[in-house]
Amino acid sequence: MNKQIIIDGEVVTYRPGQTLIQAARESGIYIPHLCYQPGYHAIGSCRVCMVKVNGRWASACTTLAAEGQVIDNRTLEVDAHRKQIVQMLFVEGNHYCPYCEKSGECDLQATAYELNMQEDHFQHLYPHRSLDTSHAEVWLDRDRCILCGLCVQASAEQDNKHLFTLGGRGTATQLLVNSSSGQLGETNISAADEAVAVCPVGALMKKQSIYSRRSGERTYDKTPISKLEFKA
Amino acid sequence: MTEQGNRKKVVIDPVTRVEGHGKVTLLLNEEDRLVEARLHIVEFRGFEKFIEGRPYWEVPMIVQRLCGICPVSHHLAAGKAVDQLVGVRQLTPTAELLRRLLHYGQVLQSHATHFFHLASPDLLFGFTSDAARRNILQVIQDKAEIARDGILLRKFGQQIIEKISGKRIHGIAAIPGGMNSPLQIADRDLLLGQCDEMIRRAEKSVLLAATLYQQNLDYHQQFAAIDSKFAGLVAPSGALELYEGSIRVKDEHGGLLFDGLNPQSYYDYISEEVRSWSYMKFPYLTSLGAELGWYRVGPLARINLCDYISTPLAEVARQQFVKLHNGVAQPPLAFHWARMIELLHCAEMIKSTLELPTIVGRDLRVEGELCSEGIGVIEAPRGLLFHHYQIDDEGLITKANLIVSTTHNNQAMNNSVKVAAEQCVEGKALTEGALNQIEVAIRAYDPCLSCATHAVGNMPLEVRLVDCQGTLLDSTIKSAY
Ligand code: SF4
Repeated sequence: MNKQIIIDGEVVTYRPGQTLIQAARESGIYIPHLCYQPGYHAIGSCRVCMVKVNGRWASACTTLAAEGQVIDNRTLEVDAHRKQIVQMLFVEGNHYCPYCEKSGECDLQATAYELNMQEDHFQHLYPHRSLDTSHAEVWLDRDRCILCGLCVQASAEQDNKHLFTLGGRGTATQLLVNSSSGQLGETNISAADEAVAVCPVGALMKKQSIYSRRSGERTYDKTPISKLEFKA
Repeated sequence: MTEQGNRKKVVIDPVTRVEGHGKVTLLLNEEDRLVEARLHIVEFRGFEKFIEGRPYWEVPMIVQRLCGICPVSHHLAAGKAVDQLVGVRQLTPTAELLRRLLHYGQVLQSHATHFFHLASPDLLFGFTSDAARRNILQVIQDKAEIARDGILLRKFGQQIIEKISGKRIHGIAAIPGGMNSPLQIADRDLLLGQCDEMIRRAEKSVLLAATLYQQNLDYHQQFAAIDSKFAGLVAPSGALELYEGSIRVKDEHGGLLFDGLNPQSYYDYISEEVRSWSYMKFPYLTSLGAELGWYRVGPLARINLCDYISTPLAEVARQQFVKLHNGVAQPPLAFHWARMIELLHCAEMIKSTLELPTIVGRDLRVEGELCSEGIGVIEAPRGLLFHHYQIDDEGLITKANLIVSTTHNNQAMNNSVKVAAEQCVEGKALTEGALNQIEVAIRAYDPCLSCATHAVGNMPLEVRLVDCQGTLLDSTIKSAY
């Protein structure tokens, strides 16, 4: 039997075993998120889906829905915290949206717009991160990687290639490639791999589809991310 | 820089720091006579350095950010260089036409902006008239129909850019080996429907520029006048060419110095001199040396260099221009008239290009084998523009060299400023009028430092008068408003 929780004053039904974000999505409610994608294990790493459950912070992608929960989602307070997290993601990498191929198709950028992020606020770290264009079909720009781990999962579980892992600690954490040189060129990655398709940012990109859509025609030019998830 | 205890206070003069500000130093000798004028343009943008290590396919997108007025020129020059990097020598007919159309739109909008928004207040109200009146808003108030021509021509150019690249500024169009999107038929029809009106307005613009110039002919011809060589692209037939051609150079009297130079080997015949006081280099024709080999580029150069213009109305306008100047035109203020002739040419070319069925074709991209070097050369609104890139085996930029139009005109602008200063600076003090005249001389060239001021047409400028000991005698600053 379906049970109920309340999100921003709205009654939402859930099935036992569903997380908050799953229940919300089924009811057409958008909870901002980056490292969570339907069909993947939630690892709760990006913290963008943080909500307040009965006054306490919790990540919506890893918290199970339970009777009696009253959830703050798109409140000023919660969105303000989310915006700060997104700002930190921007300053932790090197994001130059004006010329990034993923611009207009990027979940990080679209989430920043959704949260009305007007500036970076925090001081940029300008980390030194490497670029890997050694493969004929796919390239990796670590400047834009937000360490969501989605490609790690996709490569292991859907592509059956185990090409990626996250290595290092703290702000030095980076996406590593499973080859003797650490370069993509030595791997059997393909442009058709799910690992490439699932990247929410411009970190793993196909070489052949360079700037394939002009401004105004890209996914998020037309529909904000909060609406896109629920488009038929 | 001052020190307090162990703290240092670094004060950066806003005039020199902010991009788009100009600074002029006038140097006097022992007899207090002007010996040199130095135009400092804070032009160092660092693009050549920070694209190193980036993949070549990003370059046309990155470098268009060099400029807010002619981003399309940088985008296309880089696009042409990148075509070579991917081994493409010939685009599909539709891609080639779309790029040309985009470029005509760019030149049209930039020329309209320059002439109407920036220069026309000086030309209509007088160089020495009240500074508060010399702006586009006053033109709108006092000369509504002229302002309307300028605003609508500029808008039309922007519309073309938007329909092709998705945005009026900094859109996405050129990709390696072609273009990313076709022109929609409805957009073609929308643009085509405006062409006749735009050609009419462009004709009026040429007439206005010619009339203003000839009304006060002596003054216009001697103002900041210098004699120079001219360099620019021409079509194989000798026609005016803005997109693709070979380089022609004429001397001060209109004699042919070089013709048919391959832009791909520009480094064989153009060198750049570095001077300690300027971020901007001084290009010159290598065989003539730095002293004699400097030249001018831009609308005046192009009109002087070509044998004819392929579109009928602009050709008639060119003939009138040539007749008056009896061969090559040297006066800097003739730039404006030449600019309007090109604007008319662009309007005509836009119409004839849109009428070609191929313009709405769908075959947009070709592929080739990766090469290590690419050079893209184009005539930007302000003149010759070179983009030169080298890449490694993985397609990452290892070296970049850009020579932009303002740099080509560097020596000429310094010389014109010197003449203007000689004409208007007396004694050891600077007057408001002198500042205005120097500004007018610089503006004739439409250098990129006017980027910051295109909206209301007021260039922030500092002029300094310095004696032979290096002592500052006087300085005056005009801020943008
Ligand atoms: S990955 Fe997204 S956020 Fe980062 S530069 Fe590209 S578009 Fe911007």
